[in-house]
Amino acid sequence: MKEAAARAGYDGKHRVQMAVSSLTGIDEAELVTQAREGETAAFSELVRRYEGKIFRLAQHVTQNREDAEDVLQETFMKAYEHLDQFKGDSKFYTWIVRIAVNQSLMKLRRRKTDKTVSLDETIDTGEDTVVREVAAWGEDPEQRFSREELGDILGSAIESLEPLYRSVFVLRDVDELSTEETAEVLGLSVPAVKSRLLRARLQLRERLTRFFKRKGDDAFAYM
Amino acid sequence: MLTCKDFLGELSDYLDETIDAELRAKLERHITECPNCWVIADTTRKTIKIYKGMESCSIPADVESRLMAALEKKIAAKQQK
Ligand SMILES: [Zn+2]
Repeated sequence: MKEAAARAGYDGKHRVQMAVSSLTGIDEAELVTQAREGETAAFSELVRRYEGKIFRLAQHVTQNREDAEDVLQETFMKAYEHLDQFKGDSKFYTWIVRIAVNQSLMKLRRRKTDKTVSLDETIDTGEDTVVREVAAWGEDPEQRFSREELGDILGSAIESLEPLYRSVFVLRDVDELSTEETAEVLGLSVPAVKSRLLRARLQLRERLTRFFKRKGDDAFAYM
Repeated sequence: MLTCKDFLGELSDYLDETIDAELRAKLERHITECPNCWVIADTTRKTIKIYKGMESCSIPADVESRLMAALEKKIAAKQQK
């Protein structure tokens, strides 16, 4: 519904995407080839295919809607500008995700906050994977919350992670990129991705445990 | 014998099912004997599942139309060159 409305509003003002409907079934590599040859409709189709994922990713990494919108625009602008540099040895999606992550991290660096944003490689990736709270969860613990509440819980848990952990988690577990693709996107080694992913998952698990632990266990924990 | 620390170290690969059968069997034996690690594995699996099932990636209409407008401008500028 929403999408249709968006498209209708958009059709009223713009011309670029006209041929889109006939391109929806075409495979990515072919679209990229066409886009490189100057086929605007092909590029628009690529944008339409990935805009939602890129926006979601940027929102998760920047934790800020305005920044995410900037990142979204910058990503596709850069992709368009540098399309001739895309080698085709990786997926187009991986290529733009890399641009989007870099833009997002840059936003975080630029944002003036009192808490320092550590993005560098100095983050300790040692073995001190802490598990402080161990409590079983109920059957479908998320059912206890409204959609909106759940969104807030999941969002704030992600927000509490270090940016690089956040990026690894979102790419691997939300976007479902492979470990190798995530490593490529973030310029990390595979072992570094793995250790960050483990930590991110464990930290999120711990944060969510506060909300999702079995009702009975609650009383126990505070006794 | 596998320690809890060993188990945690393999947890991600275990949940992603990217380990060989032999190691998997060892890890599974560990969680039948260690309630803590069982809970950690179970709740971590649920964590991943909840995030995977999270909101779709539809884009707000206003955000999309501003993106398209910006791109159209960019494309027009390039075509003039
Ligand atoms: Zn154990």
